[in-house]
Amino acid sequence: MFKYFPHTADDIQQMLNVIGVRSLDDLYAEIPEEIKFKGELNIPSEKSEIEVRNIIQSLAAQNKPLVCFAGAGSYDHYTPSVVPFLASRSEFSTSYTPYQAEISQGTLQYIFEYQTLMADLTGMDISNASMYDGTTATAEAMMMMTAAAKKRNRVLISKTIQPAVMAVCKTYAKFHGVDLVEVEEKDGMMDKEAARSLIEADDVAGLIVCQPNRYGLIEDFTGLANLCHEHKALLAVNTMASALAVLKTPGEWGADIACGDAQSLGIPMGYGGPYIGYLCTKDALVRKMPGRLVGATTDADGRRTFVLTMQAREQHIRREKATSNICTAQGFMCLYVAAYLSLMGPKGMKEVNEQSYASAHYLHDALLGTGKFEEVFPGAPYLNEFTLRYKGDAKALRMALAEEGYLLGVPTLYCDDCLTIASTEQRSKKEIDNMVELIKKVAL
Amino acid sequence: MNREYYGKLIFELSKPGRVGYSLPKNEFEGYDLLQLGTMTLRQTKPLLPECDELTVVRHYTNMSNNNFGVDTGFYPLGSCTMKYNPKLNEELAALPGFNIHPMTPAKYAQGSLKLYDEVQKTLAEIAGLSRFTLNPYAGAHGELTGLMVIRSYHMSRGDVARTKIIVPDSAHGTNPASAAVCGLQIVEVKSLADGTVDVEALKPLLGPDIAGMMMTNPNTLGLFERQIPEIARLVHECGGLMYYDGANLNPMLGVCRPGDMGFDVMHINLHKTFSTPHGGGGPGSGPVGVRKGLEQFLPNPQVRPTPTLPCREGADTIDAQEYEVYTPLSTREGQGESLYVSFFLGNFGIIIRAYAYLLSLGKENIPMAGKLSVLNANYIKESLRSHYLLPIDTVCKHEFVFDGLREEYGGDHHSPEHVTTLDVAKRLLDYGFHAPTIYFPLLFHEALMIEPTETESKDTLDAFIDVMKRIAEEAKADPQLLKSAPHDTPVRRMDDVKAVKEPKFTYKSVS
Repeated sequence: MFKYFPHTADDIQQMLNVIGVRSLDDLYAEIPEEIKFKGELNIPSEKSEIEVRNIIQSLAAQNKPLVCFAGAGSYDHYTPSVVPFLASRSEFSTSYTPYQAEISQGTLQYIFEYQTLMADLTGMDISNASMYDGTTATAEAMMMMTAAAKKRNRVLISKTIQPAVMAVCKTYAKFHGVDLVEVEEKDGMMDKEAARSLIEADDVAGLIVCQPNRYGLIEDFTGLANLCHEHKALLAVNTMASALAVLKTPGEWGADIACGDAQSLGIPMGYGGPYIGYLCTKDALVRKMPGRLVGATTDADGRRTFVLTMQAREQHIRREKATSNICTAQGFMCLYVAAYLSLMGPKGMKEVNEQSYASAHYLHDALLGTGKFEEVFPGAPYLNEFTLRYKGDAKALRMALAEEGYLLGVPTLYCDDCLTIASTEQRSKKEIDNMVELIKKVAL
Repeated sequence: MNREYYGKLIFELSKPGRVGYSLPKNEFEGYDLLQLGTMTLRQTKPLLPECDELTVVRHYTNMSNNNFGVDTGFYPLGSCTMKYNPKLNEELAALPGFNIHPMTPAKYAQGSLKLYDEVQKTLAEIAGLSRFTLNPYAGAHGELTGLMVIRSYHMSRGDVARTKIIVPDSAHGTNPASAAVCGLQIVEVKSLADGTVDVEALKPLLGPDIAGMMMTNPNTLGLFERQIPEIARLVHECGGLMYYDGANLNPMLGVCRPGDMGFDVMHINLHKTFSTPHGGGGPGSGPVGVRKGLEQFLPNPQVRPTPTLPCREGADTIDAQEYEVYTPLSTREGQGESLYVSFFLGNFGIIIRAYAYLLSLGKENIPMAGKLSVLNANYIKESLRSHYLLPIDTVCKHEFVFDGLREEYGGDHHSPEHVTTLDVAKRLLDYGFHAPTIYFPLLFHEALMIEPTETESKDTLDAFIDVMKRIAEEAKADPQLLKSAPHDTPVRRMDDVKAVKEPKFTYKSVS
């Protein structure tokens, strides 16, 4: 028969006899004839393992991995080989939501460790057990704000947030009935005065800001949390997760919610997914939080154990009154993040950020040194991502470099001929120097 | 499975001065992160463990020994389709060629884009619909996206009064929750005694305020909704659209397609029907498909053949740029009506695995998967009805529901001392089986929802049936044995109440 079906002809006959029908088709007797599918599906025929491998290997070969100087929500950080190795343990990957805690302590425990690590990285009290990605985590934060505020449905969002995050928040806002208002930007940062006057109207449920922002710039949120809280609004900070180890945390800024994508913590770029969104908050907001939560408890023998808890917030209990519709999220990616952080430790996270900072700043200066780029936000601080204007056709330059094997940033929205460029600890001085030499030669 | 419990947290294995990584020397002199200044830098040291590599490897390996997956044993979790996850698919999803940055110019991502389009087209044929987006990340995310499509369709016609959605009382909890997130009001329609939608109760609910109706077919009792052509006709007649919750698609493969049943929009759970691993709660994938005429409401980015080049069917090689990623900028600037529900093209790694599965099975085996899943479910049902209460006596599809133990085995739920479904579920763990889904659907007191899937052999099912019968006998002879179960798992029954009353979500709270 087929390698994934264990039934012998004899098995099938015996089972049909027990059921009391004559054929497999008789099991579908109640389906009206007029809607039954007759004929053969117009899809490819079955393939052997060798053929499937050849087909998919050939597709992989039609991609061309480029030396990556792009970020914008996906960063080419190093993944220790131990991480994918541990993730290949199928006791983890072939399980599902840990409803039966007695035989799911592995999943529950690494999620508990993940929650601890993310809560601490963000400087918040608690973390949930994952969201789909950074865009939807931010949209969930937005809906959490209106739920917590009850009678306010206006949420502010900085225009300096990543375009993909903005687009998803706008989509969710439109259908969920959130009045999402963009706060203008000034010199590449959120215009804090514009935010102030909107917040002072006293009809705002919350404000969402981004750190580092879509240009790579590090913004100053001094006074923002107090302003929000004085006017009964919540503050959410969206941060690229790796940066949390060195930049002032959402908690230190006084935020109520921290959200974003944790791809930068050991997850391969993988053409956009699977990644993992994180959502962290203060204890006081736990009942408004979407998604699963793992808590510590004890078993009948008094041992410290872990369970899914506070499920009264969730869709399988509360249905339309749930805090969110989220069910299956990205549980397995918690393992990636937790194992990565366990290996890197405080020293490794510092070093990754130091090296990413240094290589990005070296690249920044080298690009300016070609005379073909100019600064857009002179003197503004950045970590590992920055924006420069190319004194020519930036898109053509980007394509020419791609032909040579380099991915130079992403085109910057609302900024003609600008590129937002990132570096990580994986980029060597040689790679940067070689690319810069090519740029010097290109006449575009 | 393993009976020893490894309960130490990684933080308890940490020792200052240990590292588990190695990085090259910093080659860039003169650039120091501290130049950012204290206003910008983190003031508190992060609480990260300090561990060497082997400590981390053993920690996770031991934790995996405390875990049960499909590879460990039979996992008949109803509504979750815990079929075997082929290993070839894992190998192929990990190919380095697929590990590219999402903003890679399409010219250098043609392999991934072709794969996306192939999966899209294959799902459309299997579903009997026109086009799919693979961007949604999970089933509930697909529901939300699909409902956004439905609302967008009505709004595009100026039909803004359609703000209600009909959901059967037997629906998955995600259905009403997704509708609420999408800004729709939920109107519940009752089920008949046989578990299917009451068409007479549906009729008065239909009107100009109805955006559509969500259904799963077979429904959560595992029963095919025979009235589906009539239901679809009624909903369409009132101007609504039909949404198919694809969580239960597995038994229908190649036998009866949602599009042919009369559905307009649907999602598919690749992690259920198309064998991608469930990962302890994701990452899944929830592609959304639509009938012809609704394609323009699907979310962006979209993968499509480059308009200037004709897409050649069955071409062996790909032109320099046969596919493009379509991301209308106007929407990002807030002027368009199109949707964005994800960072990029969804859980791409999951889509690769599903493609490998679709290619492996092909048109010959895909219908067989559905039929064998139905055979397995009915075989268990008929073998166990002597011991467990079967509330609806009919041929089921891929799953079915018992309402607890029969009265003669201590299952009478009117008695306060009765042996519950929870007790049966916990005792099953002692015998090396994962428990079925319990207490869902909500139509019964002691629901025990069993879905074996097609990848389980008769031998496994016979072993499960024997154990289920033995548990029923135990319930009769020694109910306490069940009430204190499990006994042979790494840990014993948890104090769920304590977890809520004394919430502890981080290491700080337990150290």
